[in-house]
Amino acid sequence: MNTGDTAWILMCTALVFIMTPGVAFFYGGMARRKNILSILTQCFAIICLVSLQWVLFGYSLSFGPDAGHGIIGNLEWIGLRGVGQEPSSTYAGTVPHLAFMMFQGMFAIITPALMVGAFAERVKFSALVLFTLLWSTFVYDPIAHWVWGAGGWLGSIGALDFAGGIVVHVSSGVSALLLAILIGKRVGYAKQAFAPHNLPITFLGGALLWIGWFGFNAGSALEAGGLAANAFVTTNTAAAAAGMAWAFMEWKMDGAPTVLGIVSGVVAGLVAITPACGFVSALSAIPIGLIAGIGCYFAVARLKPLLGYDDSLDVFGVHGIGGIWGTLATGLFAATAINPAGADGLLMGNAKLFLVQIFYMIVCIAYALIVTGILYKVVDLLVGMRVDKQSELIGLDLTQHNESAYTILE
Amino acid sequence: MKYIIAIVQPHKLEEVKKALEEEEVHLMTVSTVLGQGRQKGRTQIYRGAKESGGLLKKVKFEIAVNEDFVNRTIDTIKKAAHTGQIGDGKIFVLDLQDVVRVGSGERGSVAIN
Repeated sequence: MNTGDTAWILMCTALVFIMTPGVAFFYGGMARRKNILSILTQCFAIICLVSLQWVLFGYSLSFGPDAGHGIIGNLEWIGLRGVGQEPSSTYAGTVPHLAFMMFQGMFAIITPALMVGAFAERVKFSALVLFTLLWSTFVYDPIAHWVWGAGGWLGSIGALDFAGGIVVHVSSGVSALLLAILIGKRVGYAKQAFAPHNLPITFLGGALLWIGWFGFNAGSALEAGGLAANAFVTTNTAAAAAGMAWAFMEWKMDGAPTVLGIVSGVVAGLVAITPACGFVSALSAIPIGLIAGIGCYFAVARLKPLLGYDDSLDVFGVHGIGGIWGTLATGLFAATAINPAGADGLLMGNAKLFLVQIFYMIVCIAYALIVTGILYKVVDLLVGMRVDKQSELIGLDLTQHNESAYTILE
Repeated sequence: MKYIIAIVQPHKLEEVKKALEEEEVHLMTVSTVLGQGRQKGRTQIYRGAKESGGLLKKVKFEIAVNEDFVNRTIDTIKKAAHTGQIGDGKIFVLDLQDVVRVGSGERGSVAIN
């Protein structure tokens, strides 16, 4: 046991926690004023639900001893049985097993919360509760096991994902896209502008995300040492490059740099560096961030209107595209000089890693899409995924939660 | 001259505004208001405390028009704001005594154009 590492991981766990309220503010400000409370409520509900799911059985499914073939953990650690104050013999050997468990739990929490933006302003609250539990159990937990669990099959073939580019961002990004398509467009979409109602709140959310991401990425080193410092620096550098890239794209294409643009760019850069942050150098983080900013700008501002799907707050455009780019970028820029436990990428003359990364991505995207499609059907049949038209027009705050965020009269 | 006040569903704002512009009614004042009609309000709950009779958000258009525009304006709003459901709103038509354009000092119907 190492007290420095333990302090660092507990600290980082709190930092990752703050990202979910950050996502809530980030999305909430972008929604219309009649729906901000629904988004805040959904994000807090996800924190509560997945926290319980995780200690009861989610952690055991993801990280418990392999049940065979690297597909899922067994139920030996159900209800945190055997997960105590001593370090685990398998994971993060210098910190209490409980600390590692909770650190990972925060990742399990934020992942479904990211999807809230795709079906925002029209999802039924009861459907969200049910869907979150099912999605965490049948999509997140298996994929986390494949990549990070001891004996997980994707980890064994050498796929690299330092802090969750695929496990967190691509899995939620592509699932969110499918959900946005299945649940359908919001009433009036593309016929009228759905302007963000409070961009300062979105800015606050973006700032909380940036802060929390230091814990997300640098904490994934699982020790307070040089690798954590490397991840910290690459994270900040990529975010900075992507924020500027997105803002400059807007400036050139649309006439002015916007606050929504620079904040979105920063988040895109943070997403893209996530799988790579502990395998690449600080200078490699600059092209990773720049391309993330430019690519995600095009996905959100050009591709989405072209294809016509209503991913309300651009979960796919930012997390899906950013995560896909980051996973490929890991295969390009990774260097064993940075992390001997990793591998060399294409630019260091090793094509194998790049191919493994592509395979890794395709498998996870296919799995997430298929299971999300099935879960959508199940939840839609059981409780109905979408609110009725009249409730949607009045707004989810009033119709789902009997509250309103802003009073007009005293 | 008439002064037309129309209370409509908030999500109809863009549609009504566009329809009016197409009919060359360009001068209007729009505000957010709260109200209740036959639709009644929705009950809100804050930490268990019920606040009934919560009023619903509506959008109010105020438009001054000359006589030849009165029916056109009313029909346009009626059509664009219509959903057929309860809570679609109301249009009030009032006689307008005088209008003053602040910039030029013009008065009466020329000040509306």
